[in-house]
Amino acid sequence: MKVYRTARTAMTALRRNPMRALLTTLGIVIGVGAVIAMMEIGTGSSAAIQKTIATMGANVLLILPGTAASGGVSFGSGSVTTLTPQDGEAILRDSPAMRNVAPIVRARTQVVYGNRNWVPQQMIGTTPEFLDIRDWTGLTEGDAFTERDVLNANKVCLIGRTLARELFQGESPIGREIRVKNISFRVVGVLSAKGANMMGSDQDDILLTPWTTLKYRVTGSTLSNPNQSAASSTSSSVNTLNKLYPGSAPELYPKQSETQAANTPLPVRFANIDQLLAAARSPEEIPAAIQQITEILRERHRIRTGEPDDFTIRDMTEMTNTLTSTTRLMTNLLLCVAMISLVVGGVGIMNIMLVSVTERTREIGLRMAVGARARDILRQFLVEAVVLCLVGGAAGILLGHGGSRLVELLLRWPVATSLPAIAAAVLVSASVGIVFGFYPAWKASRLDPIDALRYE
Amino acid sequence: MELIELHNICKTYHLGDIAVPVLKGVSLKIARGEMVALMGASGSGKSTLMNILGCLDRPTSGEYWLDGRDVSTLSADERAQVRNHSFGFVFQNFNLLPRTSALENVAMPLSYTAGHLSERQARKQARKVLEQVGLSDRLDHEPSQLSGGQQQRVAIARALVNNPPLIFADEPTGNLDSRTSAEVLEMFQQLNGRDSITIIIVTHDALVARHARRVIHIHDGLIVEGAYAGGIEAAPRPADPASPAAELGGIG
Ligand SMILES: Nc1ncnc2c1ncn2[C@@H]1O[C@H](COP(=O)(O)OP(=O)(O)OP(=O)(O)O)[C@@H](O)[C@H]1O
Ligand SMILES: [Mg+2]
Repeated sequence: MKVYRTARTAMTALRRNPMRALLTTLGIVIGVGAVIAMMEIGTGSSAAIQKTIATMGANVLLILPGTAASGGVSFGSGSVTTLTPQDGEAILRDSPAMRNVAPIVRARTQVVYGNRNWVPQQMIGTTPEFLDIRDWTGLTEGDAFTERDVLNANKVCLIGRTLARELFQGESPIGREIRVKNISFRVVGVLSAKGANMMGSDQDDILLTPWTTLKYRVTGSTLSNPNQSAASSTSSSVNTLNKLYPGSAPELYPKQSETQAANTPLPVRFANIDQLLAAARSPEEIPAAIQQITEILRERHRIRTGEPDDFTIRDMTEMTNTLTSTTRLMTNLLLCVAMISLVVGGVGIMNIMLVSVTERTREIGLRMAVGARARDILRQFLVEAVVLCLVGGAAGILLGHGGSRLVELLLRWPVATSLPAIAAAVLVSASVGIVFGFYPAWKASRLDPIDALRYE
Repeated sequence: MELIELHNICKTYHLGDIAVPVLKGVSLKIARGEMVALMGASGSGKSTLMNILGCLDRPTSGEYWLDGRDVSTLSADERAQVRNHSFGFVFQNFNLLPRTSALENVAMPLSYTAGHLSERQARKQARKVLEQVGLSDRLDHEPSQLSGGQQQRVAIARALVNNPPLIFADEPTGNLDSRTSAEVLEMFQQLNGRDSITIIIVTHDALVARHARRVIHIHDGLIVEGAYAGGIEAAPRPADPASPAAELGGIG
């Protein structure tokens, strides 16, 4: 009731000079408008970036073999310098921050179907976990290959939408045989469309097979398995894998006894893979995951303290963070400018309120004469300033919101309405009113009624 | 008990190091229902005394008893309260809020009372006192749309809106021509006669002072006792047909 009456008095006082009130609030209108527009455009673009990154697989870590280990560097006895699928298994087993790990073998060759051919941008040998790690949920058609296909190096594959379109042109690819380096693969599924990634390359131009198949049947040259003939045969087992995965093939040779094994230390050779793709449980756990992976791999690769790692961990969030922090930086920068204009608006309000107090000295004297206490006068002028700022803030919110909509419409920038920004704008404009209105109001309340009444 | 009792009131202004004594020991009593004219030469300290009486200012020394209560030692906020409840002020230059309707001007003091009135009641009260001063057809007029006399009547209505027992008027006719001056003074007499509001008018115009029942002369910061304007006060009121108060009494 008291507040209502004070607010009414303030409104009446402001209505007495509407043009001045309008000009006074202009600074606040522009300041708040700028803040709102910046916030909406800023949150819009960071949301868009986050969405782009999510399609590339959030929480993803890429583990690459060290440069010193790649190429024709000979491996010293007892040291394993490149990544193996066992590394991946160990990471998944020993690192609590990891959700999933998949080995990756890459190739780039021609794919032929009938009289059509295509070289997919990515030909990846992996395990079914790959799809989970990349958040590649759902297939358009068919089913993913299975763990069993990996064990047996079955000649099956999943193809992306682009590849399907290029090779099959409308036909259903399921069950068809495509040829890669004269080896025929049965298409078991078509991946859902994922679109271009952030760098603009088409993520749907892809072929996925079990990594064993790609490694031992297609890119046989890098095979570390001495029994190469077995790999090129059509048999469903690969010699190296018998140790790695409990194979279904019968033992060809009698098993070594413990003593025999100790006496003839065969150099343990593992199948090298090109990369490990790993997913952390959450983006927050990525730093922990990186540390755990580093520890596990250093131990497995027997790297002494002080020696450099023989692998590299590439962090997608690094890129994510760079991009989001860049946009955030820009937004914050613009926000600072907008805040400065708010402060300038506040100074404008203070200026006009001071003029107003001087101009209305007689009114203040009169109000005091008829019984207004100092605090009544203080409150009246403070409320006037706050009302001015809130009205300006409301107009600014409309202006800023309209501005960002316009930007969305004309420039096609992504924007997002930000309720916290609006709440903050209301709060900030009210506090600007209080902060910058206080001095003039205090000055008014300190006037002596007699002097004020006599003021010319 | 007297409404106002001053005991040896002194007021000294300080201009730098120089002390300017304006009131040098004023003692006086004003009873409830009196209509008093405060007269004196320019610079004699009439307005200064008036400000002290109106609780706008505090005396340098001396006692001021208002209705049995010592108000010379009250704090600024307490004095504001006293002004709001007990006094109405009418000024030479009207002091109305510009670009504000007569009704709003009159209702303004009510927003500083303890808030026992709702907005509607306040407007009703303002309308009532405006009717009382004969301006019921000018409620929505702004000061610039009113004549000087009408403006002063709005100011009188504003002084009346809180039903104060006491009204101070500092040169209320100073800016008015003789005809409107008479109107305003008649209004004061009416208020004094009918509603028995105590009225204190500051003036240096003997014609204005003639409307009062008692005249207090102030000379050089001191009350000159026993001086009356035009001898009107010497005669008992009802017996004097020349007295405007008597005329009014006849009307009322
Ligand atoms: N704030 C002040 N500071 C110093 N001197 C003052 C102050 N106010 C008034 N005076 C002095 O006090 C004296 C009396 O002033 P006051 O206003 O009471 O005179 P007045 O009788 O009302 O005169 P007038 O008829 O012209 O209105 C004057 O000489 C004036 O200079
Ligand atoms: Mg004076």
